[in-house]
Amino acid sequence: MMEQLVKNEKKKKEIGIVFILLALISLIGGVFFGSISALQFIIPDFLNSIPFVKSRPLHVSLVVAWIFLSSIGGIYYYLPRYCNLPLFSNKLPRIHFWIFLFTGVIILTCYIIGKFGGREYWEFPPILAIPIFISWILFGFNYFKTVFKKVGQWPVYLWMWGTGIFFFLFTFSESYLWLFPYFRDNIVRDITVQWKAYGALVGSWNMLVYGTAIFVMERVKGDESVAKSKLSYLMYFLGFTNLLFGWAHHIYIVPSAPWIRYFAYFISMTELLILGKIIWNWKNSLSEAKKDFHIISYRFIVASDIWVMLNLALALVISVPAINIFTHGTHITVAHAMGSTIGINTMILLASCFFLIGDITKHQFQLQHRKIIKSGFWITNIFLMIFWLSLLFAGAEKGKLIVEDKLSFQEIMQNISPYLTVFTISGIGMFIGLLMVIFPALKAIKTYLLN
Amino acid sequence: MNSNSKRLIFGGLILSFFVYSYFVYTSGTDNDKGVHLINEQSKRGKLLFQNYNCTACHQIYGLGGYMGPDITNVISAKNKGPVYAKAFLQGGTPRMPNFHLNEKEIDELIAYLTYIDKTGISPIIDFKINYDGTVGQK
Ligand code: HEC
Ligand code: HEM
Repeated sequence: MMEQLVKNEKKKKEIGIVFILLALISLIGGVFFGSISALQFIIPDFLNSIPFVKSRPLHVSLVVAWIFLSSIGGIYYYLPRYCNLPLFSNKLPRIHFWIFLFTGVIILTCYIIGKFGGREYWEFPPILAIPIFISWILFGFNYFKTVFKKVGQWPVYLWMWGTGIFFFLFTFSESYLWLFPYFRDNIVRDITVQWKAYGALVGSWNMLVYGTAIFVMERVKGDESVAKSKLSYLMYFLGFTNLLFGWAHHIYIVPSAPWIRYFAYFISMTELLILGKIIWNWKNSLSEAKKDFHIISYRFIVASDIWVMLNLALALVISVPAINIFTHGTHITVAHAMGSTIGINTMILLASCFFLIGDITKHQFQLQHRKIIKSGFWITNIFLMIFWLSLLFAGAEKGKLIVEDKLSFQEIMQNISPYLTVFTISGIGMFIGLLMVIFPALKAIKTYLLN
Repeated sequence: MNSNSKRLIFGGLILSFFVYSYFVYTSGTDNDKGVHLINEQSKRGKLLFQNYNCTACHQIYGLGGYMGPDITNVISAKNKGPVYAKAFLQGGTPRMPNFHLNEKEIDELIAYLTYIDKTGISPIIDFKINYDGTVGQK
């Protein structure tokens, strides 16, 4: 792979595609380590050389890398080709890529040798945040220099991508405030600020991903008015408000000032409007697409729509403090996290990858590949449903056993172990389904890069 | 919606966000019931907690991985306490790795856990639910 990348560097192929290549490889790696960490739940001795302390961060960091790399790759590709906005610099994305790859390899090495020092999700030693930060500055600089050339009304996804980039930089920095004793020493402040940053950080990657979804939808439907409509902008501002102020539903039980919680509760409930709008639009969005041409992308977008509904409903329910008190700290949170990152983000980003691959292969995807992708699509989604439900059941059971039955941790784990077994098996099924989707994509990219 | 009103809404939201962040960083998080237990030992314990990635398996205030239990209140829980917690750190268990910590490190981790314990309660088991869906602690 490295060889290929170097060769490609010489031939100056489309950089967006190279990001997508690395993204897909990260996804395979991430899901591989996810399967290992799930197996370690039911077989504690499984793969002693990469124990759970290492496999979990390997999993989470690689799948987060997938989300970022594939969003970024799409943006670099779409701006010049579809938005009539040639990149301000074609060199910066290459530097961006090499920094990302280089830092990524160091981070993975740190995990494998057990060198931590960071916090949940960014467990690597904090010094490695510097190159990540720099790479985003390059990305942001290039992005804004590029899009500010646009005259006339912006489609909403240009706003969303810009917001995502800006807030990534802000919240990523905020998540390192703990380096200052003022923030670190007082645990209430520390946890509150950490989750304030994380909540908005997830919000900012969602801006990148949902922007991509709107872009792909617009192209698949062949209707450019949607992305400029008043409603799209209202939804964007509502989503943005939630990004900024909704995060404290993660920390209802942390003893910070009560107004922080009440405010987050109120803001979280405004998402009901988004849910309502999605259900309202549901039927319309199904009919009029240019389906045949972009059939694979279309399928993934439809799947993401269903997962948006399910996960948003779940998110709303667990944001009510009276319910959160039972569900917080249980696998329901994991169901929420992975349900959204897989069902929504990954489905959208795969739609974008296939849109892009359709472009570079001039829609010459062989029939045989389409069949494998279609089966992979169904396998992934069916197992994801089982995966999601088993986490919900495990979490609900745990919540009840803690609060009502007041059982000990060992008793609880014993009680929920059947659900965790189902979770693990369906996770492995999902891994297989994803491989069936990803391999043909990798093959197409390989052909493109080598020619 | 014209461009100016978009910019106005955007600017307004960002401005409120920065004001709000200021209050979260200060008065919103000033209350620390365990403040008298913060000392050099507990501070080092916190960094050890990060260096050994205890969060991968443990939750504090319900946040963290789910392989192991929430340890916010392990120091004051019935039938548990510092000696009990020490035993886990000294030997590990079939599920929890033995980190081969030295005495000093163990004491620092315990000092950190002792501090956390005083700051609040997790999971909350005694509570009452209000009509508006909020929760009050008993
Ligand atoms: C690989 C997962 C894992 C890691 C990493 C881990 N633990 Fe544990 N720990 C557990 C499990 C699981 C238990 C519950 C006992 C059991 O089932 O084996 C436990 C139990 C404990 C307990 C007793 C809690 C109780 O209420 O009974 C304490 C205290 C503890 N761990 C502290 C730590 C500290 C401090 C670290 C970091 C230095 C750490 N653990 C790292 C998995 C882990
Ligand atoms: C084969 C499929 C997968 C399996 C078996 C799997 C398994 C796991 C496991 C065991 C954890 C740790 C939970 C814990 O700490 O107790 C986890 C966490 C997580 N996974 Fe996955 N995973 C899979 C796919 C994915 C994918 C594709 C994504 C995103 C693109 C993802 C995103 C996450 C996130 C964000 C977390 C952190 C959750 C939290 O802390 O609440 N996972 N996963």
